[in-house]
Amino acid sequence: MSTPETLLRIDDVEVEYRARGRGAVRAVAGVSLDVAPGQIVGLVGESGCGKSSLARVAVGLAAPSAGTIRFAGRPVTPLGWRRRADDEVGLQMVFQNPYASLNPRRTIGDQLLDGVPGQLGGAARRGRVADLLDRVGMPATAADRYPHQFSGGQRQRLAIARALAPEPRMIIADEPVTALDASSQAQVVNLLVGLVRELDMGMLFISHDLALVHEIADVTAVMYLGKIVETAPTRELWRAPRHPYTRALIDAVPQISATPTLPKPLAGEVPDPSNAPTGCRFRPRCPHAFDPCGTQPPTVDLGGRSAACWLTDPTVAPATAAAS
Amino acid sequence: MALLDVENLAVALPGPRGPLPILHGVSLRVDEGELVGIAGESGCGKSLTAQSLLGLLPPGAKVTGSARFAGTELLGLDARGWQRVRGAGIAMVFQDPTAALHPMLTVGRQLTEHMRVHLRMDRRAANRRAVELLDQVRIPDPERAVRAYPHQFSGGMRQRVAIAIALAARPRLLIADEPTTALDVTVQAGILALLDRLRAETGLAVAFITHDLGVLSSLTTRGYVFYAGRVVETGPTGALLTAPRHPYTAALLGARPHGTQAVGTLRPIPGGPPAPGEAPPGCPFQPRCGYAEPSCGTAPPPLEPVGPDRSAACVVRPHLEVLV
Repeated sequence: MSTPETLLRIDDVEVEYRARGRGAVRAVAGVSLDVAPGQIVGLVGESGCGKSSLARVAVGLAAPSAGTIRFAGRPVTPLGWRRRADDEVGLQMVFQNPYASLNPRRTIGDQLLDGVPGQLGGAARRGRVADLLDRVGMPATAADRYPHQFSGGQRQRLAIARALAPEPRMIIADEPVTALDASSQAQVVNLLVGLVRELDMGMLFISHDLALVHEIADVTAVMYLGKIVETAPTRELWRAPRHPYTRALIDAVPQISATPTLPKPLAGEVPDPSNAPTGCRFRPRCPHAFDPCGTQPPTVDLGGRSAACWLTDPTVAPATAAAS
Repeated sequence: MALLDVENLAVALPGPRGPLPILHGVSLRVDEGELVGIAGESGCGKSLTAQSLLGLLPPGAKVTGSARFAGTELLGLDARGWQRVRGAGIAMVFQDPTAALHPMLTVGRQLTEHMRVHLRMDRRAANRRAVELLDQVRIPDPERAVRAYPHQFSGGMRQRVAIAIALAARPRLLIADEPTTALDVTVQAGILALLDRLRAETGLAVAFITHDLGVLSSLTTRGYVFYAGRVVETGPTGALLTAPRHPYTAALLGARPHGTQAVGTLRPIPGGPPAPGEAPPGCPFQPRCGYAEPSCGTAPPPLEPVGPDRSAACVVRPHLEVLV
């Protein structure tokens, strides 16, 4: 799914952590993902699947152990103490916990100014702060206040304003509304989606909430134990998932109905990535597992979407089991 | 038969300028073997209600009203009285099992403590029952699990252990305060199925506190919606969530990702809930409500019958001919 105008290209990225006394843990085991301008790509998966590790590498907070990340055609490299070049600040991140991502001892205005390009001076800089606050639906008076004076939802808006300050072309949002209540969740999500559409930014939206991603993402990628098992336009993914893991995630979302209907649990738990199963990594929990699953399935192009599952291969799959 | 009957419960917590009323006359009922849901945003008084029922309110809290459990009045019990209720009558499961379990004691030790105190079992019998309980909550290899420490379990398994501990002294009512909020949907589905099975097999009544209306719908048969320290709507869960009568219930449903509907339908509720002590004089939801009329500003509307086993605290919406 690579178009010439790809904004962020993640190509076969691996992330490994080394702990003393233990072998290397491969949190991300070869992931490729593209984001185009104006596009929202959702990345979903259970906790521990490597979503956040991928986000940190993609935004340049850490180096991948293999593979490359390119933003607007230039490689993304970890920052260290180096100052970012102007075209690198076009890639910004929004974190899960706005209480930790904002400095509690500096005013909102000061923190927003950090991100405003240096060539702007004096009154124009102050004006930009007011614009940024207005953009996220906060009053200009918020500039003189401190993070603790705001509610969780308001703090996340301010964190978004901070990310917008350098006029980014791409935002990576890692569980940006997980810590928020239902009503502020909808406010913040609508704000992010509106900004992406209006400013023609790209967004990688990482969440464990499949229903929420379904609501906003153009394309959804499903991650399991360090690998992307399925990628598809969101509606198609939801309507006809091709990977059994995607199906299991959808079935586990509690639905509102006139009679109580329990969501379907998925047997087992995500295995320890340091001890990943051989072959298909989902095999031990998969209700459809059969002989070929002992070898790692390739990611197969299924016409505008892709999946890594032997069931999609008509030459080996039993005729009855089409990821139903 | 009402197992728990709360009437007009009001709680005020000590504040810098005198007592701050948090709960304003909450009435609710849990029958034997019933799964009841309590929903609302953070700060609406859900958890404080649970704490009042276990005598866990902070010192200086002023409590009025009545809460009868199996014929006994709970409010005003002394320390010994509470000890008889807690564990053997009403037990509680919290959101964060890591904080609820002692990190340095084995699971077996934490399980048997209740049984030895409440049921006066000897060590052997208690150990046998500990293994049974872990088996009942579907912990694999329970004989080994009793000797393990909490950190050796995953988040979902830890919550199962916490449920097993809550069940140790055979309570008749389990209060579960957001027990699945920190878990993945696939694991959450397993916990919901477990609670439903315990109810069916042992006649356990469950009061399930959640902010997720999907969870409320899939698990419980009757529900209460809280807003700013009041019950604003109650009724059979299916009817409550498919045909809400209070504007707040309807707004919460609109703000939620629908999952099965068209993309882009999140409708946020404007503003945020009032802070305790800062609620407007009339209906607390009135400043955010699309149905508000001048009469809403005079006094908080009482909870009034709006259908079979249903009530809502609204003077406008339930009386409209066509619901929008």
